[in-house]
Amino acid sequence: MNIIEKILAKASGKDEVTPGEIVEASVDVAMIHDLTGPLTIESFRKIGARKVWDNKRIVVIFDHLVPANSERAAKLHSIVREFVAEQKIENFYDVGRGGICHQVMPEKGHVRPGELIVGADSHTCTYGAFGAFATGIGATDMAAVFATGALWLKVPSVIKVNVEGRFQRYVTPKDLILNMMGEIKADGAIYKGIEFAGSTVRNMSVDGRMTMCNMAIEVSAKTGIVEPDETTLNYIKERTNKPFQIFENDHDSAYEKILNLDVTNMEPQVSCPHSVDNVKPVSEVADVSIDQAFIGSCTNGRIEDLRLAASFLKGKKVRNGVRMIVVPASREVYLQALQEGLLEIFLKAGAIVGNPTCGPCLGGHLGLLAPGEICISSSNRNFVGRMGSPKAKVYLASPITVAASAITGKITNPRELEA
Amino acid sequence: MISGKAIKYGNNVNTDVIIPAKYLVLTLDPAELAKHAMEGLDPTFFRKAQGGVIIVAGRNFGCGSSREEAPLALKHAGAKCVLAESFARIFYRNAINLGVPVLECSGVSDNVEDGDELMVNLETGLIENRSKGLTLRATQLPEFIMEILNDGGLIEHLKKRGIK
Ligand code: SF4
Repeated sequence: MNIIEKILAKASGKDEVTPGEIVEASVDVAMIHDLTGPLTIESFRKIGARKVWDNKRIVVIFDHLVPANSERAAKLHSIVREFVAEQKIENFYDVGRGGICHQVMPEKGHVRPGELIVGADSHTCTYGAFGAFATGIGATDMAAVFATGALWLKVPSVIKVNVEGRFQRYVTPKDLILNMMGEIKADGAIYKGIEFAGSTVRNMSVDGRMTMCNMAIEVSAKTGIVEPDETTLNYIKERTNKPFQIFENDHDSAYEKILNLDVTNMEPQVSCPHSVDNVKPVSEVADVSIDQAFIGSCTNGRIEDLRLAASFLKGKKVRNGVRMIVVPASREVYLQALQEGLLEIFLKAGAIVGNPTCGPCLGGHLGLLAPGEICISSSNRNFVGRMGSPKAKVYLASPITVAASAITGKITNPRELEA
Repeated sequence: MISGKAIKYGNNVNTDVIIPAKYLVLTLDPAELAKHAMEGLDPTFFRKAQGGVIIVAGRNFGCGSSREEAPLALKHAGAKCVLAESFARIFYRNAINLGVPVLECSGVSDNVEDGDELMVNLETGLIENRSKGLTLRATQLPEFIMEILNDGGLIEHLKKRGIK
């Protein structure tokens, strides 16, 4: 079996599972946030359930509209707070305590290899970076998990993405995953899992692996996963002391397809409006003028991302006419960036630094777009209307390409700017 | 049997256009959500869907976010059922959980036009296009999904089974 099958077999108490099989699986950890929590709670009550199956396995994180940007949002927050108090849920990250859910989950030790983790958010697949099987579900499914601790799942077939080669300067895991999306396409992995492997992934930091797994959902995959190794364990052991089980692929693991990618000659990549799989090398979109540059989100708001962007912005200025918004993914990332002097670099360059939140990524608050405006963003979706007006355009790129573009006012290959 | 007029869309219809994020604060008010269903793609949807329609679409319908408000808004706007070449999995589950039938039917987008009169038989998976005199075959829903739909969604289904 491959690692995904092994985790699902364990979760459903079986010796073996095969793709296509439907299993009733026990959930190790379940997460809701401020936008999916209220409906989950309402469904939970409608089911007639009174107590959650295990309040120690539930994590609640406020991140989408934080701090509350409207009275309605404040009301939703209060509904979730009451539920947290009623059910005595200790793992609760209120405003100012955590940050974006997918960053906070591993940071605060709620993710371990071999676990089955569900979140009421599509980018839950991010935790595959740590060798967990993690997937997004809706509010009513989550209510059922809260009530019973279990969920039906179809065992997915798996696409293995083998990545070899060394990144050139200013080319990052984000460029790799954008490139892969262009290959697999937005509907190319429906109901499938994606395993990232190969020497490039092995040499990648935890941050880079999270960026890769995070975007598995953008090709409609059920999850993305990386087999745990020393890099994984070094991170996990600093964050949690709960026991866990490590699964490895059998050498005869079955895959539906193997995709080989080589990053050696890869240019920085850009995903163009209005589809995530409309991916081009940056040189083909250079010269598109921008109004806004955003660095943040669960895809690329981590410390490595901020370091790279800051190294590029140091001593430079964001071009007049461009708004640059930087939002660290979590309180921990924010503090680290503060201590390293990165926030000062952003501020001096003319960028705004926001509090940890989803913010502009989903068109929630802190930087929506007007009709006709163009934004280059380190986030994960460029759908019509995603960041504000349906008549605005969003280009997705790495934090460093975003930083380079903020300096010139148009989409720019960071390598050219440096020369 | 479900019958109604088809409203047709293309490939990769995502949850952000089905219900833009700015309306998610209306999460506990389905009637209000419904007024904005499909707003990002077709602002006339709510008006056209009144009285009941069948949505027909291409590949990967409902891709993107896990927001259950997407099928919730469609349901309350009048969508009785969604037929597509394929669905994104979270949308698929969410729709079933809300009691909205979703059927995968290869060829549906080539063989149905906007406004065609459709009859859908969930038990057999047969879709009759009365306007064109054609019958299409959708992938049959597994029994446990039919049970959830017959109960009217996951909440009722679980209540029936006495989850406390
Ligand atoms: S940062 Fe964006 S994609 Fe990530 S959880 Fe928040 S809204 Fe979703």
